[in-house]
Amino acid sequence: MSLVEVEHLVKHFGRDTGLFRGGTRVAAVDDVSFSIDQGETFGLVGESGSGKTTTGRCMLRLIEPTSGAVRFRGENVLEFSRSRLRRARRDMQIVFQDPYSSLNPRMRARKIVEEPLVIHELGSRAERRDRVAELFRLVGLSPAHLDRFPHEFSGGQRQRIGLARALALNPSFVILDEPVSALDVSIQAQVVNLLMDLQRQLTLTYLFIAHDLRLVEHICTRVAVMYLGRIVEIGPAASLFAAPQHPYTRALLSAIPVPDPDASRQRIVLDPASINRNAVLKEIAAGHFAAV
Amino acid sequence: MEPLLRVERLTTVFDLPGGALPAVNDVTFEIQPGETLGLVGESGSGKSVTALSIMRLVQPPGRVAGGRIVFKGQDLLTLDERRMREVRGAGISLIFQEPMTALNPVFSVGDQVAEALIVHGRVSRREARAAVIELLRAVRMPNPESRIADYPHQLSGGQRQRVMIAIALACRPSLVIADEPTTALDVTIQAQILDLLRDMKSQFNLALLLITHDLGVVAEIADRVAVMYAGRIVETGPVRAIFRHPQHPYTRGLLASIPGGAPGQRLKAIDGAVPLLNALPPGCAFNPRCPDRFEPCTTEPPPDYAVGPDQTAKCYLHSPQVGADRRVRPGADPAVGADPSVGADTSVGPYPS
Ligand SMILES: Nc1ncnc2c1ncn2[C@@H]1O[C@H](COP(=O)(O)OP(=O)(O)OP(=O)(O)O)[C@@H](O)[C@H]1O
Ligand SMILES: Nc1ncnc2c1ncn2[C@@H]1O[C@H](COP(=O)(O)OP(=O)(O)OP(=O)(O)O)[C@@H](O)[C@H]1O
Ligand code: SF4
Ligand SMILES: [Mg+2]
Ligand SMILES: [Mg+2]
Repeated sequence: MSLVEVEHLVKHFGRDTGLFRGGTRVAAVDDVSFSIDQGETFGLVGESGSGKTTTGRCMLRLIEPTSGAVRFRGENVLEFSRSRLRRARRDMQIVFQDPYSSLNPRMRARKIVEEPLVIHELGSRAERRDRVAELFRLVGLSPAHLDRFPHEFSGGQRQRIGLARALALNPSFVILDEPVSALDVSIQAQVVNLLMDLQRQLTLTYLFIAHDLRLVEHICTRVAVMYLGRIVEIGPAASLFAAPQHPYTRALLSAIPVPDPDASRQRIVLDPASINRNAVLKEIAAGHFAAV
Repeated sequence: MEPLLRVERLTTVFDLPGGALPAVNDVTFEIQPGETLGLVGESGSGKSVTALSIMRLVQPPGRVAGGRIVFKGQDLLTLDERRMREVRGAGISLIFQEPMTALNPVFSVGDQVAEALIVHGRVSRREARAAVIELLRAVRMPNPESRIADYPHQLSGGQRQRVMIAIALACRPSLVIADEPTTALDVTIQAQILDLLRDMKSQFNLALLLITHDLGVVAEIADRVAVMYAGRIVETGPVRAIFRHPQHPYTRGLLASIPGGAPGQRLKAIDGAVPLLNALPPGCAFNPRCPDRFEPCTTEPPPDYAVGPDQTAKCYLHSPQVGADRRVRPGADPAVGADPSVGADTSVGPYPS
């Protein structure tokens, strides 16, 4: 069953932001639809600036979409009142890309993780303290470090704090926006393992936004590829990686550097003229759609 | 053959209130003419400081505290600043990670490429325009005739990096140091820039020192690899040997942690965190994370041991006094680096996590 359904999501950024030439409104997200099943890890990949982060932020209404619908357990989040949205946010969380800037540097780790519980007025002081210690253990941090400040942690540990905070309210859906790209090579695998373990333990559903396509192939059940604000291809990871259909997906997959000095590669260079912007998604294999 | 560059026992420290921080610690390597050396390692392992040391661009509180940097037979550390500027111009050039900060926003890209050509006396002002267009075409900039009037902010990230490469090539260097030249770019653009670098290499017989943390990039472009950890080069060898028979537990761990295998399976992570330079553990800096650690590891930092043709590793497992049985752990998973021809030396462990 679908936990989350995104329907015809559109987000325009206006000229007043001054970011765009000619004063035209640019559709950062341009009619995007997909659904995520309970327990799934759904991957969102694509060029820098193609609208992945904007899509994720619109789903939680951290920015207001221009139009469309985001259904969570069947209800349209975009129609929620303020108080209803506040309650819904307990169930939907986001972990940001940068473990360095996303934590308040003046707050002790304990407070950072406790804050969502305080905001949502959950539990007594003692209950909250126990919950924070439990969350620390859950993400593999030592409770001895509860009173440290963010700068006293390594990048991987900071990402764990962000994760503990996101899990404090027992969400069922977590958006992971590039959760490991800022981490050291030897630390990325640790955090990825933790994410997979937590998913099993807590039956979480993930929207996983990432650049590392090898990682996406490894952990995602289904994948959507974004190009200039639109989904150009979507399907089961196995099918999409084995037989990409859209010219952009093909170029993207062929560009992944292969960690094998003997691998022969056939690089496909994207010819923008080969992309038909008006093509609609067509099913080309079971559950696998491409705009070709 | 005389190497083009030989870095010998280079040590670069940062003099901080708490003491001297060894960012680059007794580093030795060579680059042959036309060769590409991939320098890999985690954030803070000393890759950029190594590059800056070679160019003599380390700023205080940093300083080169020891060693030699021999380029075409001359020790760069003994040159006066005027001669060093000539080397920076005509011998070695450096490409930075972030092209936006390295380009000057108030000059057109054409002017900036022309400047590089004129300063190094390659062309006169009158010939500059044609030479710039030719160079921009060489780095496959689309429509170079009209692009020379553009300012950096009018170009995409990939196009800016092409301009940087054009500037780096303007003085026909024999060595280019590229510090994470594709890290800020999309994979599709990264692939194009790597193709371009490879192309330029064969066209101009360039040697390349390529700094990256992406093992995929290394596999694609490097002839040889040096792996840095906490300021030291812990393993070095031909690219095929490093990927097929890695001998240092850290190199093995890095290769094993690349996502692969059955989807959804746990990755083989390296346990623990990278040590801080001001709190290095005694002995081998990798020892708190090493699945193979044994008695000598916490005594002295290990020396380089020869572990294969042209391959060395700083790891006591390879000391001649240590039995071959020690190099293979019971129950080790030989999935990565497995090669029947090297037998026991290829063990790769399921790293605890
Ligand atoms: N607050 C904003 N105001 C104006 N434009 C914005 C804003 N946020 C994003 N954009 C623009 O919207 C587009 C999509 O941006 P978004 O951050 O969603 O991309 P992304 O796919 O997450 O890229 P990346 O992979 O680089 O993180 C870009 O062109 C971006 O410049
Ligand atoms: N200006 C400085 N002052 C003090 N310490 C410095 C300075 N510059 C670098 N360092 C230290 O030197 C060490 C090596 O840094 P370096 O920039 O060479 O790392 P790197 O391997 O290039 O990492 P990255 O992959 O993040 O670019 C780091 O631990 C850093 O703390
Ligand atoms: S010297 Fe010891 S601790 Fe260091 S890498 Fe080798 S076995 Fe591991
Ligand atoms: Mg983003
Ligand atoms: Mg660096």
